[in-house]
Amino acid sequence: MTVVPTANLGLKRQDFISNVDPKWCAGCGCYSVLRWLTGTFPTMGLPKEKFAVISGIGCSSRTPYYVGTYGFHTVHGRAMTVATGLKLSRPDLSVWVMTGDGDALSIGGNHFIHMIRRNPNIKVILFNNQIYGLTKGQASPTTSKGKKTKSTPYGSIDPPLRPLSMAIAAGATFAARVADTDGQLMADVLQQAADHRGAAFVEVLLNCVIFNDGTFSHLTDKAVKQDTTVQLKDKQPLVFGNARDRIVTIDGFRPQVEAYTPGSPLPANALIHDVAVEDSSLAFLLSNMEHPDLPVPVGVFRRVEQTVYDDHYAPKGGDLARVFRGPEAWVEDAAGNISLLGAVAAPATAA
Amino acid sequence: MTQQNLAYPVDEVDTVVIRFAGDSGDGMQLVGDQFTSTSALMGDDVATLPDYPSEIRAPAGTIGGVSGFQVCFGTSDVFTPGDSLDFLVAMNPAALRANMPYLKPGSTLILNEDSFVARNIEKAGYATNPLETNELAAYRVLRVPMVKETQEALGAGGLGAKQVDRCKNFFALGLSYWLFNRDIKQTQRWIIKKFGTKPDVLDANQRAFEAGLNYGKSGKLVERTYATRAKVTPRGAGVYRQISGNTATAYGLLAAAKRANLPLFLGSYPITPATDIMQVLQQNREFCNVLQAEDEIAGIGSAIGAAFGGALAATSTSGPGFSLKTEFINLAVMTELPLVIVDVQRAGPSTGLPTKTEQSDLMQAMFGRHGESPLAIVAASSPRDCFDATIEAARIALKYMTPVVLLTDGYVGNGSEVWRVPDLDELPILKTHLVTNPEGFKPYSRDPETLARPWAAVGTPGLEHRIGGLEKEDGSGVISHSPANHQRMTDLRAEKIERITQDIPKTEVYGDPDANVLVLGWGSTRGVIEQAVGHLNKRGVPVAAAHLRHMNPLPPDLKALMLSYKRVLVPEINSGQLAYHLRAKYLIDIEQFNKVEGQPFRADEIEAKILSMPELTASAKLTAKHGALS
Repeated sequence: MTVVPTANLGLKRQDFISNVDPKWCAGCGCYSVLRWLTGTFPTMGLPKEKFAVISGIGCSSRTPYYVGTYGFHTVHGRAMTVATGLKLSRPDLSVWVMTGDGDALSIGGNHFIHMIRRNPNIKVILFNNQIYGLTKGQASPTTSKGKKTKSTPYGSIDPPLRPLSMAIAAGATFAARVADTDGQLMADVLQQAADHRGAAFVEVLLNCVIFNDGTFSHLTDKAVKQDTTVQLKDKQPLVFGNARDRIVTIDGFRPQVEAYTPGSPLPANALIHDVAVEDSSLAFLLSNMEHPDLPVPVGVFRRVEQTVYDDHYAPKGGDLARVFRGPEAWVEDAAGNISLLGAVAAPATAA
Repeated sequence: MTQQNLAYPVDEVDTVVIRFAGDSGDGMQLVGDQFTSTSALMGDDVATLPDYPSEIRAPAGTIGGVSGFQVCFGTSDVFTPGDSLDFLVAMNPAALRANMPYLKPGSTLILNEDSFVARNIEKAGYATNPLETNELAAYRVLRVPMVKETQEALGAGGLGAKQVDRCKNFFALGLSYWLFNRDIKQTQRWIIKKFGTKPDVLDANQRAFEAGLNYGKSGKLVERTYATRAKVTPRGAGVYRQISGNTATAYGLLAAAKRANLPLFLGSYPITPATDIMQVLQQNREFCNVLQAEDEIAGIGSAIGAAFGGALAATSTSGPGFSLKTEFINLAVMTELPLVIVDVQRAGPSTGLPTKTEQSDLMQAMFGRHGESPLAIVAASSPRDCFDATIEAARIALKYMTPVVLLTDGYVGNGSEVWRVPDLDELPILKTHLVTNPEGFKPYSRDPETLARPWAAVGTPGLEHRIGGLEKEDGSGVISHSPANHQRMTDLRAEKIERITQDIPKTEVYGDPDANVLVLGWGSTRGVIEQAVGHLNKRGVPVAAAHLRHMNPLPPDLKALMLSYKRVLVPEINSGQLAYHLRAKYLIDIEQFNKVEGQPFRADEIEAKILSMPELTASAKLTAKHGALS
């Protein structure tokens, strides 16, 4: 049994909205994810009951209440364990995990890497707002160094984690990044995640209007985003900039930015993206590209086919009574006489 | 029963307690296993106690590295692996020294004399060779050059000295088979099956086994042998096998899923002494889904996910893992999903004594969660009872839509005994609250009899709903922060667990009907209490006993039962957890009897405790109306 899409069921985005009104703050990036997620579900050819949205704890983890499918708001950091058990037990379902930077990378870090390495057919959306929002503004594992928060009044001293680097190092077969403001790219990325057979990991750069407002504005503001980000396209060079006049080239293992004249031949050392290359070095390199030295890549970093974990789980059933008897059971009659069940012939070498 | 052509007189005995002890690499567990399954197959009852260190190969020859396997076999009175040893087979001085406390005057010691050399004697902590002092004067000492004899039997084969040395356990086994007139066929078959692919090892082990038998036959050991008396009461017609508690637990899960017509899911993480449950189910993956999770938390989390999807879900662990699962257990309480949590208790706190037994997680199972968090608790009383107790735990979980903690322990988990293999058809059919009808569906509506909520498995059309750890509104299940609703839901969760009492049968009492003293046990102490009370009753001592399987809720007749005795004695392998609970719940004082040495009780300890109680022979019973116990 696996996820089997049926013909177009005529479902619309509205069919996947629950009757509970979201209680996120006005302007929260979570709304954007909810919108594009519920936009993706109707395209998958599955009836509503085949979807399960599983979450941990945090603002992002309230998502299941707002989606009109089966949903489970579990405990902090552990959504991926619940999702894994559900998926292994019910491979026919489409299982989606909603998590955050604290939920997935701090308290749930262990589950994150192990779910990714096993590659079950589960989709994970990580709402990365670089802050603990629901507890009102403490530093998270992705908070920038030096950032002042309620728990880091003198500036954060912890180096931040890179979620995509972690996922790729753990063997992610699908890894992508998108900003909450980029609806078009989000729709595309979520669609690809939905279509991927295996674990799909999507990092959403998400604005927290209350506790970390503008943390990604250098990557999302219309005025600068062409210069600070680069949209990854399969088999294409990394050309970016408002005038498309810069390109990422590679010097040994080090990516760098060079000037580029649009339309001219590519430099020999131009970095060409390839989502399907088995070796994850390129994806890992891309995941380490950071502002301000380099443009921050968005889009799909990696998309490879590997054995899907839930394919190993398919109990066929059989003769349980035989299991219970085992190899050494015997039969006793009412008088206590004993005979071996399925006795093996006496060994030739017996003394 | 006898089977060999006997050249020596045979002493018939009722029961024998023998322990095989050596270095943890000496193969003592294997020897004990073979001796046990052969005895069971010959019609004897058996009870075993594997006792091994938590290190895999502690330094050879040291006390810390001693691994032992004790078996009590015989045709009557086999309730436990035995209090003290009739026979000790010791492969080295450390194995002798470590087991001195379990000997009694007249015990027979079969010692591998080749190992009693200066280096080993010193490593065992002896100042002088115990074979050369009068230290062992109280025992019958039989010295056997096991290494030399094994080497001779193997001759100049292809095996190195080290491998030859590793065959000496089969020599010891062969010798023991001769001494107790055991049937050799089963072990001969087993050796072929086990070592068939390695001809040189197969040959060596066969030769060593035969050499042990022949050593006995030659008369070098003793000139009398032993055999267990023929059974007075046969076990009854049926299929039998030997089974360990952990295997029985795994089989109980398989049987419960089958009888509930549900897929089985186990999420687990390796932990002593519970790992076997996961491993047995992994070996039977055609019947279940087993996830070896990344940690204890993921073990239970995945099980809860599977339960959400409509599986009979379970997680298996021991104390430290049970602690880690705490938060998720609460999620199962809040979301009212069926779940079996198996805790094979071990000596704590913290890492404690990982391979040693204890009953000290009862309080944790009862109360070890934040909030008002009631759940059901079932305890298994013997290795084979693990099968039935597991089915009972699953039955309650499914009927009442609740997590259920199944408490076993290292003693019953690793111990084994003879089990009558039931026909699947004779096991109870387990009903579920699975629903498919969308009409009027409310995720937190209640079954009027059990207060269970409906189980709408993911994938059921029209029943899409959301659950989670936030407090739910009664009925609709939507998030609610209403004060009155929280009170109501808290009360409902408690009442639901309390209603399990309607399924608990009358508490059975055995022993003297006129007794003043009731011995009340729970879990793995059943065998030893039964033995102690049986002994005392035979001597005319008026004492009765009852044993608890349902630890929460407790049987509804328990209070009245306790009040009908002058004194209730509660023996536990902890510092008094059930006693504490009974006092708190019923305001009845309890006589405690406790031990935490990582070992089960001995029957003689319990007998002595009972005999020390002044109420034992008091003339009048005190009941509630007399005031003392009310």
